[in-house]
Amino acid sequence: MKKTMSFEEPIIKLREKIQELTEFTETNEVDLSAEIHNLNDRLAKLEDDIYGNMDTWERVQVARHPERPTTYDYIGALFEDFIELHGDRCFGDDAAIVGGIGTFNGKPVTIIGHQRGKDTKENVKRTFGMPHPEGYRKALRLMKQAEKFKRPIICLIDTKGAYPGRAAEERGQSEAIARNLVEMAGLTVPVISIVIGEGGSGGALALGVANRIYMLEHSTYSVISPEGAASILWKDAAYAKEAAEAMKITAPDLLKMEIIDEIIPEVLGGGHRNPKVQAEYMKNVLVKSLDELGKLDENALIQDRYEKFRKIGVFSVK
Amino acid sequence: MLRDLFTGAKKQNAIMPNAKSKNDVPEGIMTKCPQCKHVEPTKELAKQLKVCPKCDFHYKMTAQERIDSLVDEGTFVSMDDHLVTENPLEFPSYAAKVKKDAEKTGLNEAVLTGTGKIDGNDVAIAVMDPHFRMGSMGSVVGEKITRAVEKATELGIPMLIFSASGGARMQEGVLSLMQMAKTSVALNRHSEKGLLYISIMTYPTTGGVSASFASVGDINLAEPKALIGFAGRRVIEQTVREKLPEDFQTAEFLLDHGQLDAVVHRVDLQDMLSRIIRLHTEGKAAQ
Repeated sequence: MKKTMSFEEPIIKLREKIQELTEFTETNEVDLSAEIHNLNDRLAKLEDDIYGNMDTWERVQVARHPERPTTYDYIGALFEDFIELHGDRCFGDDAAIVGGIGTFNGKPVTIIGHQRGKDTKENVKRTFGMPHPEGYRKALRLMKQAEKFKRPIICLIDTKGAYPGRAAEERGQSEAIARNLVEMAGLTVPVISIVIGEGGSGGALALGVANRIYMLEHSTYSVISPEGAASILWKDAAYAKEAAEAMKITAPDLLKMEIIDEIIPEVLGGGHRNPKVQAEYMKNVLVKSLDELGKLDENALIQDRYEKFRKIGVFSVK
Repeated sequence: MLRDLFTGAKKQNAIMPNAKSKNDVPEGIMTKCPQCKHVEPTKELAKQLKVCPKCDFHYKMTAQERIDSLVDEGTFVSMDDHLVTENPLEFPSYAAKVKKDAEKTGLNEAVLTGTGKIDGNDVAIAVMDPHFRMGSMGSVVGEKITRAVEKATELGIPMLIFSASGGARMQEGVLSLMQMAKTSVALNRHSEKGLLYISIMTYPTTGGVSASFASVGDINLAEPKALIGFAGRRVIEQTVREKLPEDFQTAEFLLDHGQLDAVVHRVDLQDMLSRIIRLHTEGKAAQ
């Protein structure tokens, strides 16, 4: 996949131009600092203009950017003493979902997230972040463990969807997802989910029955991938762009529908441009929401989750 | 000539009706089995719970037919028929499609819910109707099922859900996806009260419905040969590039793989449900 997104090409070109001039002044004894200063101003304006006004399809490209920070990146940046815990105790260890224990702000938490690969080899190992049933069962095992030790649970959502394959069906993909939905509803500890990339259908929701749901500014959350929607609606996956717009899958869309609690802002141009700062933005929100949820007792947490999902839906009464 | 008897052309000219009329079973009066091609008077078929007398093929049932076949006569009281589907994403022609299916089926949405008695036992019941937008789940379907579960919890009675669905309803986008969570939080509460939930999967139970309430019954039943699965067969064939077994994603396949408690013939279903419910309610009374 290309690392430069087509809509940011004017920015890249201008950056190259500035680079060129800077190098030129270093090797030749000409003072171009005024020009460079001007171009830098133009660059800042251009970045504001392009990155500040991304349409749906541009956001999808950012959400899918090969360098976009993954669960592991955020685990490294947000948690200390992280210990990864493996396996569902039934069948295997699915590398498409990772999880473990660590501390956040000095307090123990359980962290679980979808894990994409950074290159082809790793993507094959992690089935492109598309879990099998054992991934969801590992996640549930870690959630139940968190409940026993009264640790809050933080889920990072980043998947195109649950893996569509023969083995996944044989081992009960449907049941694994469904079980997580029902069991997460009854957890007696705070659960916070953040969509960090793509939130694709039931495979994403299986880590998403939370007390607080946040989305990074350029992440998406949808019932079906834009390509899938396009092939159903227009019998052609090439209309993914149109489908993405029609399906209303961006963070502002979901905030408007009152499905998510808040949008976590991204570094200008996308989290991949400065993962450290991006993690800081997430940290601020996590501190606040863990503090709020820490005041609720076990029953209140379950009640809070119930009410949150109970009210979702748009209909009228005859 | 003797030889003429064995030539297809002669045969067709002489006795057989042409190919087109062969497929044209009179609409309404007769019904032709899509599996064994047996033709049965529609009235007779209805008496046999829409099961082919020759090959046991289970025809799709409307929600009302299902209620009539299971619930004690005169005991069913429907719920939430007044909820109306909106078009939250402003999808072109969505409202018209829903309206058309509502007229066709006489239902307000793709599920019929209510309370009634099965063999004298009180139950809350939700029956999805695959004739309404392929039984897909949008806001109203999710809301009706959730309300039915809440009713069951409130009355302390078993919940029965008959699934028949192509999955989440695309035209309502992520709102449809969230109905999976909404029904799940209600089922969790029902379960926490120690109450029974029986899931009965019928043709077809796929996608978001399969991956939510349909798969988490205290007891999971299915009708013979019902298609049940998460991802579509074609999608899987494209990803794994291998030929899938003939019986892939059938009720029998799921039973073999430990995903179901039993596959139950439609004729035996009422008795089976009644026995399961009694085994749970009698146990309660004894406590």
